[in-house]
Amino acid sequence: MTSEPIIQVRNLHKWYSGVHALKGVTLDFHRNETVGLVGDNGAGKSTLINILSGTQAPTEGEIFFEGRKVSFKGPADAMEAGIETIYQYNSMVPTMSIARNMFIGREPLKWSIGGVGILDTKKMAEESVQAIADVDLHLRSPDALVGELSGGQRQGVAIARAMHFKSKVMILDEPTNHLAVKETQKVLGFVKSLKELGIPGIFISHNIHHVFECCDRMVAMARGEVVLDKRVEDTSMDEILDVL
Amino acid sequence: MKRFMKIYLEKPELAGVAFLVILTIVFQARSGGVFLSAANLQGILGLLPEVALVAVGVTLLMICGEFDLSVGSVFALTPMSMAVMLEAGWPFLPAFALGLCVALLVGFINGVLTVKFAIPSFITTLGMLFVARSVTVVISGGFPPLLPNGAFPKWLFVAYVGPGDMFRMSFLWFVAIAVLVTLLLSRTNFGNWVRATGGFLPAAQSMGIPTKRVKVACFMLCSLLAGLAGSLQVMRLGAPLPSIGEGLELQAVAAAVIGGTALTGGIGTILGGIIGATLIRVIDNGLVLSQVDANWFKMALGALTVFAVILNAWLRKTAKSIKVETGK
Repeated sequence: MTSEPIIQVRNLHKWYSGVHALKGVTLDFHRNETVGLVGDNGAGKSTLINILSGTQAPTEGEIFFEGRKVSFKGPADAMEAGIETIYQYNSMVPTMSIARNMFIGREPLKWSIGGVGILDTKKMAEESVQAIADVDLHLRSPDALVGELSGGQRQGVAIARAMHFKSKVMILDEPTNHLAVKETQKVLGFVKSLKELGIPGIFISHNIHHVFECCDRMVAMARGEVVLDKRVEDTSMDEILDVL
Repeated sequence: MKRFMKIYLEKPELAGVAFLVILTIVFQARSGGVFLSAANLQGILGLLPEVALVAVGVTLLMICGEFDLSVGSVFALTPMSMAVMLEAGWPFLPAFALGLCVALLVGFINGVLTVKFAIPSFITTLGMLFVARSVTVVISGGFPPLLPNGAFPKWLFVAYVGPGDMFRMSFLWFVAIAVLVTLLLSRTNFGNWVRATGGFLPAAQSMGIPTKRVKVACFMLCSLLAGLAGSLQVMRLGAPLPSIGEGLELQAVAAAVIGGTALTGGIGTILGGIIGATLIRVIDNGLVLSQVDANWFKMALGALTVFAVILNAWLRKTAKSIKVETGK
């Protein structure tokens, strides 16, 4: 990897009221690479992800995005920069339609005063149909409620949303949790397709099999530190299980 | 066909509409045709805006996932503040504006306390219910201020208008506001945020929606509408009583729930809340016309609330079980 990393994390620390959750993490994430981030519960991977996606602020340390130093004040900042996160509990509102979910917080407006305005519902419907078709997901109507979709379909819509907003990095936080086998395969397929689209991904899971299946590089964390960082072909599941 | 069935069964206000139709037929028959007479409709429509405006605000707030038990007290506090200032010699407009500002302030306090300290709005607004009522009595000095005739522009708020004097001006205000709030909820990005905040808070937060500000705004809007509704009632009666609006908070919740709003947030429509409020007025009026002891009113209201929710849950379940392929 000779090109400049898209995200550089330098000496990141995070304290939660007396608990040292991240102990000086330094990591690079490169373009054209899907990184698998593994670790036990409490290893610090969620904390790291929360900081990258703007939901938490680090206690100490720096983050560079595309070479520029950034400090996100909230998820909106990170999304603005181009970091899209898909959470395990899934970032969709079940009682709302697919089209509305696609554009939560980033609604296209016909006109607005002081940030509040009239929705361009036609544009929302058309673009969500297109976005969903682009990730090879076939849903009949953008007006269907997300609550009626299966877990895999919901993750598909979340990924379609990230694609639509031209995210530069996609973080997937345990996207295969609570999914049936067939659905899991579908989501892993989405992750693999990120590479073809040239979008770097960070895939968090505690299922090492899933990570091995679709990532290029493995990063293992334990007790708030990075304990292993290797290309997939240079390591094995046993080695990773050993360090965890 | 199946798809249509599904879409209609999923409408949250369906149960309310069904009850409204049935009760109208029953009361029309029982009252010997008086119920739908012009004179009686005039009576119903004259009182409706006062409950319905409160219901509109409470419905919006419940969709946002919060609760306001203080609306009944704000209903009294706002016109009392206005009346006290009028008695002190203020002209109408500033006094009215001050009253509405008091309502906004109460909503702001409710909202900020709720989101800042992450406590259930049930508690914050229960506290506010007592506080605002107490303030109302204190500023009235125990005796409701006597308002001189012409202290407020009746023509603008409560005068009869329309063919055969069918409506009061308050009804037109109510319709305009209801349309505006409906559009706000269904056609604007703010409405999208309200639904997302009430529907699934973690998702709304992770998508960068300022959920705290959205909630505070809904609290303020809810309180403002309650204050306006109380002012309309006082202008209709001509005198502010510190006791008006007692029990209204629960009627408004009942209206929202009858109209299909979920206590858990995210589900519901403004129209549903209005239908619920209309049902309450219709029962109140219909029982009297049917010469039933008026004390049965609360019994009917309670039974209706529970029954409407059961019917709604059943309809939603039925709609869900109608299989319509989501994928191809």
